[in-house]
Amino acid sequence: MADALKKAFPVTVPVLLGYLFVGMAFGMLLQERGYSFVWAFFISLTVYAGSMQFVMLSFLSYYSGLYNIALMTLAVNFRHVFYGISMLEKFKGSGRKKLYMIFSLTDETYSLLCSGSVPPGVDPHLYRFCVAMLNQIYWITGSVVGALAGAVISFNTQGIDFAMTALFATIFIDQWQSYPTHAPALIGLAAALLALFVLGPDSFVIPALLVIVCALLMFRERIVPAFETRGGEERDG
Amino acid sequence: MTVDLTYSIVVVLIVAAVTFLTRAAPFALQNRAGMRNGWVTYLGKTLPPAIMAMLVIYGLKNTGILRYPNGIPELIALTVVAVLHVWKKNALISILSGTAVYMILVQRVFTGG
Repeated sequence: MADALKKAFPVTVPVLLGYLFVGMAFGMLLQERGYSFVWAFFISLTVYAGSMQFVMLSFLSYYSGLYNIALMTLAVNFRHVFYGISMLEKFKGSGRKKLYMIFSLTDETYSLLCSGSVPPGVDPHLYRFCVAMLNQIYWITGSVVGALAGAVISFNTQGIDFAMTALFATIFIDQWQSYPTHAPALIGLAAALLALFVLGPDSFVIPALLVIVCALLMFRERIVPAFETRGGEERDG
Repeated sequence: MTVDLTYSIVVVLIVAAVTFLTRAAPFALQNRAGMRNGWVTYLGKTLPPAIMAMLVIYGLKNTGILRYPNGIPELIALTVVAVLHVWKKNALISILSGTAVYMILVQRVFTGG
């Protein structure tokens, strides 16, 4: 376990930063609404979904129908269904850790698990478990510290949430450089932009995902060959 | 502001349960018809970069192109992230610098409008 933790830690450093910052921002906002660090701890322990916890703040501030809350959660987190699909093979045979691996599959953990290869000499399941657990520890720590700090000091956090976008951008660049074809990345970019411009910021995610899946399946015949021939980078367009 | 204990606990439980449901669904359904053939593996391989592109856009979704400051802080900060990342290949440096630049821009530079 100690060895796996030591090998997992360096990989999680970017998430450490992102989660501490964004978690702190969440803790502060929660505290502003009258919820102490105890709430921050339990919400980050049981919900553990970055963007959804921010959306949840508005439910805590104003009474909302329980059906509405469930539907909104489904919409905001629906993308996680697709994360699971690409982790079916990786989580196979992880035994008792599997339940936690599924629970803790956030955007950031997902991106580390699908971009990072497993270091030699360590059980892959234990390594992935450590990555997932470290990430949640950062998130809980950030939100608790934020709630505590929010009760004592105040500083200008405007723009701090850009850390999340920056994290996604670095992973996007890593994948862009390592994938044999840019077609999936370009499809994702085009679909997201199209859906955003047509439907606006509050309801574009699920339609964008559907367009992405349809487009990927439609162009399957053209994309698959790139994965079968190594060094296909030079000839895709 | 006073906290309604029962209501707050119910909100947390619902959000936690539905979130877990979205994460667990593919694992619960994986042995059903249609899940074991090629297209699932294919999507598993090709979805990550497409979703990551979508998440970058998701992070930028509230950027107003048509109103001041017209997405310029986002454009500058993202350029900083991209250039540093291609050059140094260190995610930590890229994220920290990009976020710092963005915070300075929105707090000190683009304050009008």
